[in-house]
Amino acid sequence: MQALYAQLLVGLINGSFYALLSLGLAVIFGMLNIINFAHGALYMMGAFCAYFLLTYGGIGYWWALIIAPIAVGIFGIILERTMLQWLSGLDHVYGLLLTFGIALIVQGIFQNYFGSSGLPYSIPDELRGGVNLGFMFLPIYRGWVVIFSLVVCLATWYLIERTRLGANLRAATENPTLVRAFGINVPRMITLTYGLGVGLAALAGVLSAPINQVRPLMGADLIIVVFAVVVIGGMGSIMGSIITGFTLGVVEGLTKYFYPEASNTVVFVLMVLVLLVKPTGLTGRTA
Amino acid sequence: MTKSITAFLLGTALALAATTGASAQDKTVKIGVLTDNSGLYADLGGPGSTLAAQMAIEDSGLAAKGWKVDLVSADHQNKPDVGTTIARQWIDVEKVDIFMDVLNSGVALAVNNLVKEKNVILIDTGAATSDLTNAQCTPNTVHWVYDTYMLANSTGQALVKAGGDTWYFLTADYAFGHALERDTAAVVVKSGGKVIGTVRHPLNTADFSSFLLQAQASKAKIVGMANAGGDTTNTIKQAAEFGIVSGGQKLAGLLLFVTDVHSLGLKVAQGLNFTETFYWDLNDGTRAFSKRFSERMKNKAMPSMVQAGVYSGLLHYFKALEALGGNPHDGARVVAKMKEMPTDDPLFGKGSIRADGRKLHPAYLFEVKKPEESKGPWDYYKLIGTTPADQAFRPLAESACPLVKK
Amino acid sequence: MTVVTDDTLPMTPRAMRDEMIVFGVMAVLLALVPLSGIYPFFVMQALCFALLACAFNLLVGYGGLLSFGHAMFLGTAGYVSAHALKVWGLPPELGILVGTAAAAALGVVTGYVSIRRQGIYFSMITLALSQLLYFIYLQVPFTHGEDGIQGIPQGHMFGFLDLSKSTVLYYVVLGGFLGGFLLIYRSINSPFGEVLKSIRENEQRAISLGYKTEQYKLLAYILSGTLAGFAGSLKVFVAQNASLTDVHWSMSGEIVLMTLVGGLGTVFGPVVGAFVIIAMQQYLAGFGQWVTVIQGVIFVTCVLTFRRGIVGEIAHYFRRSL
Repeated sequence: MQALYAQLLVGLINGSFYALLSLGLAVIFGMLNIINFAHGALYMMGAFCAYFLLTYGGIGYWWALIIAPIAVGIFGIILERTMLQWLSGLDHVYGLLLTFGIALIVQGIFQNYFGSSGLPYSIPDELRGGVNLGFMFLPIYRGWVVIFSLVVCLATWYLIERTRLGANLRAATENPTLVRAFGINVPRMITLTYGLGVGLAALAGVLSAPINQVRPLMGADLIIVVFAVVVIGGMGSIMGSIITGFTLGVVEGLTKYFYPEASNTVVFVLMVLVLLVKPTGLTGRTA
Repeated sequence: MTKSITAFLLGTALALAATTGASAQDKTVKIGVLTDNSGLYADLGGPGSTLAAQMAIEDSGLAAKGWKVDLVSADHQNKPDVGTTIARQWIDVEKVDIFMDVLNSGVALAVNNLVKEKNVILIDTGAATSDLTNAQCTPNTVHWVYDTYMLANSTGQALVKAGGDTWYFLTADYAFGHALERDTAAVVVKSGGKVIGTVRHPLNTADFSSFLLQAQASKAKIVGMANAGGDTTNTIKQAAEFGIVSGGQKLAGLLLFVTDVHSLGLKVAQGLNFTETFYWDLNDGTRAFSKRFSERMKNKAMPSMVQAGVYSGLLHYFKALEALGGNPHDGARVVAKMKEMPTDDPLFGKGSIRADGRKLHPAYLFEVKKPEESKGPWDYYKLIGTTPADQAFRPLAESACPLVKK
Repeated sequence: MTVVTDDTLPMTPRAMRDEMIVFGVMAVLLALVPLSGIYPFFVMQALCFALLACAFNLLVGYGGLLSFGHAMFLGTAGYVSAHALKVWGLPPELGILVGTAAAAALGVVTGYVSIRRQGIYFSMITLALSQLLYFIYLQVPFTHGEDGIQGIPQGHMFGFLDLSKSTVLYYVVLGGFLGGFLLIYRSINSPFGEVLKSIRENEQRAISLGYKTEQYKLLAYILSGTLAGFAGSLKVFVAQNASLTDVHWSMSGEIVLMTLVGGLGTVFGPVVGAFVIIAMQQYLAGFGQWVTVIQGVIFVTCVLTFRRGIVGEIAHYFRRSL
């Protein structure tokens, strides 16, 4: 039973990454109607950004948490301005193809310069060590990841669902022409939204840097799992994607304990089951 | 008229004699370094392997004796089909005589089939699979540096002897991990140890915390990592986080290289135990070579055992060619000659090649130094045990290789 | 899906004639390859991918469904054929049949699941399904994990065609390619193909006309998967191995890229695209990961400026259907 609690907690940690990433995807999808295939590559850029800051600038983890999302967010904004915006009005599939191409470029460039095996990034001194919870040894850093990402997720939810800015955003998704008539600059809002979604991915990247090796392909496989998470949850609501992300992390954690052979397939299997029962996803509106 | 026909015939005969003479005394060789130039194993083999081959050509002094040695290299991207496509083209179009490095077991097994079919040579210094000299052995293949059986054997035996008699395995859940776990567990049990548990994790797992918690709860003295590449480095990194080593358990890597230690840093990697057959700081011979090597490397890296193997393997190949008096372009014949001759070079010392194509040399168990013990860059290992050449590898009696006469 | 194509008009005899002429030229050129001194191995490989891309194009170009997991058919058929040839010792023709049948079965199962969602959801679901299959193939013993199935015997087709001779193998592969190509061409121009195109243009209208669009889409999906599997089985004889590369998502991406470069929804585009991409990989192999970067650049360029693809642009310029 003790072991079970430990696995639940460990599952929540992975769930934090799923939640942050699927939240970013949902925000971007809601506004731009684009599935951002480059999300994994941008997550990786966040981790690399933290690594660069530390190695070449001597800037530590805490500043990286702020600087990396902004830097990668700006990169995202440039992508949106120079490329993505030309796709509005075309079939959504072109957005997928374009961002897939961008992901290949970014990952390929990083692979050329930094190899594939990964670079070390150590845990900040303040979060080193662990606490013995009785049923498990919890590294402090892991606990921090869960709490911090939960806060970020809820803040994003609040921003979009409860503030005036968020209301404008949602309105612009429903009816851009009408919102424009109220004097709101819709294209700029779209750009900033993309930047926000990308920033969330980069933030997840910084959070994961001390846990995993910083590798060019760290996001490539992860993004496919997150796609499955998104299909399961449906992209209808912000809260839906947060909850689905955390839940699937826990489910995966439990699988690792009870039947580890299936732990990397369980999310995909769940996706199939959900599609058979409720094709629109758990929280999705009908298409 | 008659005269000119005679002259013509005579000319043809002379030309024929000249060509047959040349093939007996053909002194051209083409070497192909087929490796991973950009992926996960680029530091292990990659451009460093090409450099090692270049150095072997220079040090052999063949050019001065009238030989013409060419070198080509390519990136197989760790994909067996890309590897075979390149290899096929090298043999058919470029007339490559010998393949070097060929790390990645999947690619190696594919090339292994091809060299037999086309009668050229493979000296594999990078692949782990012991199948190359077991069920899949060919008269054209030599497996130079290490294999899974040796790693399991040496690490398992030495650690049990040192008191690590209870083991828990973290195993990558695919054929390679299973084989590594099976071989190591057999050695552990044979040496008087006990395996108290095992957990199988999917390949390319980012998060090992669940598995590490289970390993921690098992209270085994040794946590054996039957995985490779990014999985191993991630396990090590996260084991440090969960306090596995500081809690008194030992981590044993079953497939780990000096390049992995370099990328992890000593802070994380300290205390790890694992086996290699070459380390740059073993003796004067290895230090002299490694110093020259690292000066020519772009990032000043020391040679890995895979790269050292390319150098050592090629030197032996050249000796066999010289003994034959020319390049017969007959892979099986050259390999037979290589097996006849004892090997000797500054990097791996004296050794031999067995009938099944297995190159024999000692295996060394190392422990990674603590940061404060390290005297400079690349000073990473403490030697804690040596397995002699005749005990390190799979005994011929257990081999399923059809070339072995029983 | 509003892919930019010019074939929404009904098939005219003139268009049909144009396409048959191009087909004839292509077949003759390909038949002459072994005499030309071009390295046949490269062309054989390209032909397998060309057939694969054509099969993929049937689904995306005419059915409007962009599958991001088509590598699963290629890989599944490859593994099953390889296993049948090597372990069961089946003759080549049966090996191909078994592999293709496996791909068809996979098409039925995955099609049933993925057809439930449209547009980008469909793409994401097929991607996730192929990743699921990738992990399964990694773990099940018969695929030999990362080592793959190696040293597959080529054997004698129908008992008398020695496939280890590269010229013989070349003509067998060419035959397979042309056969598959004609089958796809025939399907596109059949009443079935017309319904597919109408669904792509306006699904609601097709439904109101009484067509069970779900069933048409499922059928297109299965047909496309089966033919992709056929290409995978042929490829086994060329490469003599079956490995995880063929089930990986990057392979699915390459299939999309080939079709996109050649021209989505054009008859000959995928063939041109496959040859372009395979040749590019061949000549740029020495550049390592830059190949990935270049592929990415091509993706981006195609989507931003060149959505019709090579053949699509040519056809558009000459106002012909190709």
